[in-house]
Amino acid sequence: MFRRYGDRYVATFAVDEVRVLRKVASEVVGLLTDGFDHGDPVVGRLFPEVYPGDTAGTAEFRRYTEGDLKTAKIDQAGAILAALPDGDVGGEVRLDAEAAEAWLRALNDARLAMGVRLEIKDGTDVGEEIDEAVAVDPTSSRVFQLSVYAYLGYLQESLLNALID
Amino acid sequence: MGGMAAPQVAPVETPDTDEVPVSDRPWVTIVWDDPVNLMTYVTWVFQKLFGYSREKAEQLMLDVHHKGKAVVSSGARERMEHDASQLHAYGLWATVDKS
Repeated sequence: MFRRYGDRYVATFAVDEVRVLRKVASEVVGLLTDGFDHGDPVVGRLFPEVYPGDTAGTAEFRRYTEGDLKTAKIDQAGAILAALPDGDVGGEVRLDAEAAEAWLRALNDARLAMGVRLEIKDGTDVGEEIDEAVAVDPTSSRVFQLSVYAYLGYLQESLLNALID
Repeated sequence: MGGMAAPQVAPVETPDTDEVPVSDRPWVTIVWDDPVNLMTYVTWVFQKLFGYSREKAEQLMLDVHHKGKAVVSSGARERMEHDASQLHAYGLWATVDKS
């Protein structure tokens, strides 16, 4: 979890955490490059229709803004990849204010993407969801994905608190 | 059917000074509730992007949360599209509409 030391935002990650962060950030980059498809509900959430029901208006808006928005989202996911320790090891991450904000937005994008895939709804209790999924099959991908989703939420909140502090 | 013709009355123009022509009405940026974004994060984004006070940003966030949506800015259409695209960069679910 992040803490503020002077003008730096610092966290120490175990190797498993580094792997998870590298994976989710890479998946966001992949979603925005190779697999970019407005029909994908995750893309629909990250690039919402600005004029609901007005296809032409939304298309016009996208024509002018989508390139920049996509670049910004790829760059912020890249800020996570750039700050992680090199190699398959744990280690310390030190961010300046600009990198910290990029991380904050990128963690949010990753959580939005996972939230769509995991069908997180208003009032979903992630702890309960994990318990239910564990009861079905503790080794399932859903258990892992829900745990990552919960972890990213704590991490984002710790970084936000450090920034506001 | 009976043959009583309705009297032909010319529609009377009643100018309503309160009514602003549709084209001159400002546009609004709306943020919608979603189940993923942290409440503290949404408040922080409103402060960051619009320069709102903590109190105002928090109130807007609570409106989004409890009422399902809130108008976060209003003005010219181009300006609202800019705001919506900024909000999308932060992952908020924003749309633009006429007020």
